[in-house]
Amino acid sequence: MDLAGLVASGLAEIAAAPDLVALDQIRVRLLGKKGAVTEQLKALGALPAADRPVAGARINEAKQVLGAALETRGAVLERAAVAAQLAAGAIDVTLPGRGVRPGALHPVTRTRLRIEEIFRRAGFGVAEGPEVEDDFHNFEALNIPANHPARAMHDTFYFGDGRLLRTHTSPVQVRAMLSTAPPLRLIMPGRVYRCDSDQTHTPMFHQVEGLVIDEDISFANLKAILRSFVSEFFEKPLEIRLRPSYFPFTEPSAEVDCQCAFCEGKGCRVCKQTGWLEVLGCGVVHPNVLRNCGLDPERWSGYAFGMGIERFSMLRYDVNDLRLYFENDLRFLSQFERA
Amino acid sequence: MKVGLEWLSDWVAFNPDVAALAHQLTMAGFEVEGRSLAAPAFEGVVIGEILAAEKHPQADKLRVCSVAGPDGERLTIVCGAPNARAGLKAPLARIGAKLPGGIAIKRAKLRGVESEGMLCSSRELGLGEDHDGLMELLADAVVGTDFRAALALDDTILEINFTPNRGDALSVLGLARELAVLGQSALTGPRLATVPATHDERLPVRLEAPDGCARFAGRVIRGVDPAAPTPLWMRERLRRAGLRSLGPLVDVTNYVMLELGQPMHAYDLRQLAERIDVRYARAGEKLELLDGTEIELAPDMLVIADATAPVGLAGIMGGRKSGIADDTTDVFLESAWFAPDVIAGRGRRFGVLTDASQRFERGVDPEGGVRAIERATELLVAIAGGRVGPTDVTESIAHLPVRSPIALTPRTLRRLIGIEIPAARVGSILAALGMRVEATDAGWTVTPPSWRFDVTQQADLVEEVARVYGYNEIPEIPAPIPQRPGSVPEGRIPTARLALAMVDRGWYEAINYTFVDPALQRRLHPGVPALALANPISAELAEMRVSLWTGLVKSLADNVRRQQGRARLFEHGAKFVMQGSELKEIECISGIAWGSALGEQWGIQTPAVDFYDVKADVEALLGASGGGFRFEAASQPCLHPGRSARIYRGTEPCGWIGELHPELARDLALMPAPVVFELEVGIAAAAALPRAQELSRFPAVRRDLAVVVAETLTFNQLRESVTVASSSLLRELTVFDVYRGPGIETGRKSVALGLILQDKTKTLTDADVDAVMAAVRQRLQQDLQAAFRD
Repeated sequence: MDLAGLVASGLAEIAAAPDLVALDQIRVRLLGKKGAVTEQLKALGALPAADRPVAGARINEAKQVLGAALETRGAVLERAAVAAQLAAGAIDVTLPGRGVRPGALHPVTRTRLRIEEIFRRAGFGVAEGPEVEDDFHNFEALNIPANHPARAMHDTFYFGDGRLLRTHTSPVQVRAMLSTAPPLRLIMPGRVYRCDSDQTHTPMFHQVEGLVIDEDISFANLKAILRSFVSEFFEKPLEIRLRPSYFPFTEPSAEVDCQCAFCEGKGCRVCKQTGWLEVLGCGVVHPNVLRNCGLDPERWSGYAFGMGIERFSMLRYDVNDLRLYFENDLRFLSQFERA
Repeated sequence: MKVGLEWLSDWVAFNPDVAALAHQLTMAGFEVEGRSLAAPAFEGVVIGEILAAEKHPQADKLRVCSVAGPDGERLTIVCGAPNARAGLKAPLARIGAKLPGGIAIKRAKLRGVESEGMLCSSRELGLGEDHDGLMELLADAVVGTDFRAALALDDTILEINFTPNRGDALSVLGLARELAVLGQSALTGPRLATVPATHDERLPVRLEAPDGCARFAGRVIRGVDPAAPTPLWMRERLRRAGLRSLGPLVDVTNYVMLELGQPMHAYDLRQLAERIDVRYARAGEKLELLDGTEIELAPDMLVIADATAPVGLAGIMGGRKSGIADDTTDVFLESAWFAPDVIAGRGRRFGVLTDASQRFERGVDPEGGVRAIERATELLVAIAGGRVGPTDVTESIAHLPVRSPIALTPRTLRRLIGIEIPAARVGSILAALGMRVEATDAGWTVTPPSWRFDVTQQADLVEEVARVYGYNEIPEIPAPIPQRPGSVPEGRIPTARLALAMVDRGWYEAINYTFVDPALQRRLHPGVPALALANPISAELAEMRVSLWTGLVKSLADNVRRQQGRARLFEHGAKFVMQGSELKEIECISGIAWGSALGEQWGIQTPAVDFYDVKADVEALLGASGGGFRFEAASQPCLHPGRSARIYRGTEPCGWIGELHPELARDLALMPAPVVFELEVGIAAAAALPRAQELSRFPAVRRDLAVVVAETLTFNQLRESVTVASSSLLRELTVFDVYRGPGIETGRKSVALGLILQDKTKTLTDADVDAVMAAVRQRLQQDLQAAFRD
């Protein structure tokens, strides 16, 4: 075969090589020690001396052309081989991951932490206290003497020895005022107890109370913190409305409605078409309470408020049955996995 | 309290828009809880009079009545009511009338006689449950007039929730007074009627406990007709207030209480011996109350007694014996003032809460007693006749409440409300509330009226001014906050951090009641004293938990019953531990784990959770606080004796971990047994600050060692020996296998240890390392009788 024919057929073979092994066989056949091109080089000696340089140059050129083609094709086949190997190693990426799956905080804790965080940012500290209390801290100091009609509003659990389960976290307020000199700026989260159980009451529930004592703290200040709190909690600007009410430990006292976070006051199922949600009780700390806690009402004044954590949690997460909070049903708890 | 607006309109004008009125009351502190109509919709009903009633020719129980209607109309009505009789006036639904529930009255034949309408019972008109007969109207009802209009049935009933401090408003008068203040309109009642005596009989009254009863108005009325019907207007007003008509004597006293806020009592004069003593009960005295409750009286309870025995529980409920009977004609009326302190709480001891006690314990106007007895007399005589004795007031002025003047300054108002309310407005608000207001240099001197028991100091006045001015008119003013850095103690891990660590490791937070089932608690913690509730809500929630396991075990069992195949529950909260007579509330974080270790997964085996899985989670919690913890084999009754440990920090115990005792697990249907832990947060979460160590610049060398020791030997013991023997060169010690089986004799185990050795000052040579390893082997051999596998 002449050289041109050899190159042409060699290039065709190289282009058609299906894999690296076949390609190497082609290389041996063309450029190996006994390869066709190598044989031509060997045959140079048989040519007349004058023809040799030209013929030699042509053979070398052919060798280079074939060598380059082999290299190019080799690279292509190598890439294809890697790709094939990777394709063979493909996995099902939709299978679930392995290992520990995270659990969830209880929605009450989740809500409590959220409330705490909002108040911490407003400069409040967090205080806690005992759940088994005495009459003084739970009632007397809070201006609720024995036989006071307001005691009927607190269905109290007793132990028969003067001790009782606190009916609110207000005893922590009393302890704070007795132990720490003003100014005070605290919230008091915790479990509280009322001897009451039905669809909308559980004998144990959670409250967060707040207390601010300083010189010249007013009802207007109370309104300001409450409105910003409900707006921050529900993450939208909401109005509040205060209705006069009665708590022995505050005066003036108020129940607080906030604009329904769902319909923004237009009226819906959650707010029973009123546009308002009752969410809090509050007031200016009663001078008798200040006196009972060793503070001079002429110098110090303050406000206090209290809210049910479950109430806020139910509104925030659309829970419609309070009792779910204490049944510890994993089907319920696992709905709070999202952080 | 429920009241019809028609009644309120006797004495005050108010916003006729009911919704606006309800809002106004609610925003003034009188929460309108409900609104209802006095009567359901019906039309075409007039007042009819039966002129003649004859037996139906075809039916024994029916009567054919000739009834007078409007404009001289005569109608034939067939009627089955037993009280259908000539002369009776009753509601008449004529042809075309529409009754409640959409019933249309049509011409109809009843057993052959045509009826031109229907005479109605109370129930048929939606005015009560009475269906025994026709609704009986009084003789003065005007025949032919529209029934709805005659009874003012187009009325709205408000149901108002009163706060305990506002007993003064618990009446038509009290509410009218508030409405007058809010609407800035005039109060036009009540007028004081005086009914002159027609005889001179009195029942002597002695106030033996003037601190409890300082004023007592009494009156003897003889010759009352007990069968006289209560007029329909009064019955209607009582009905709208939620009270049933019980005859003229009781109706009148109830009516006056609702109208004026003064509870009254009527005694059957026959049953009173000689006189009335108002005194404290004597030990051992008993009384049967009107409602049949038999009570034993205590010396702090005020009673109304006659010469022989108590006849009533003062201010709460009368006695059965002296109560009004069907044949009572001679009565003694009582209108007294009882001090709130001696009434409050007494009725609750017997579960007795009455309209009277509700008012007296909040405070009844001490100046209203005479007015009420005169009003009651006036009404009673008009309804049931009677010969009236003089109103006899016995009192101890010194014991009546005194309304002391209160100094109020504009500064206090501004300080507590937060804004300046114009002085003129302050004065007018207080005056409208019945306060006597005198301007002084410093502000005002304010004397509250006799009916306000809740106003005794400045703050009370501040509240009244703010309330009437309008809470929602007061602006929001943020309090100035000094810029003071807050403290962030690093020496204690925040509980939220611990909770989130549990969550990240796959646990769900539970919240159980802190009072638990005593029976289950006994099973878990036999012999551990617990604080028991005196008034538990149920037998299953009767004592305080001594560990969080009681609640967690129950929650787990509940979840297993709900078909959960795996559970990780943790809880954070107090346990209530009795240490002698002292109670300790100890904050804990506890957990229970049951089911497969990882949950069902593809590609790996997930055996049931065991001690070591949970131990890893506990160690993760403890790791957050910096270490120094130790697990020591220990047991308690609810745990597997060979698979439980007490956790110590230094020498201080701070928790437990273990498998639930298999017997307990079996009884609770929780097999295989769950693993539980409990950590006392106070100790476990106290955090040591990290102290950075210098890093070695020289390479570390690892040598492995398979140690064969007795089965009972613990890893702790191995670690101690290895640590001591390798001195300061041991950087880390790992266990990578524990093997029992062929090649190892029974009763022994092979523990494969990896020692990572490193020096801080030089590169360790083979000779150095060999020396350490030789020392370690020798120590293990000597101390622990260890053998070695190669």
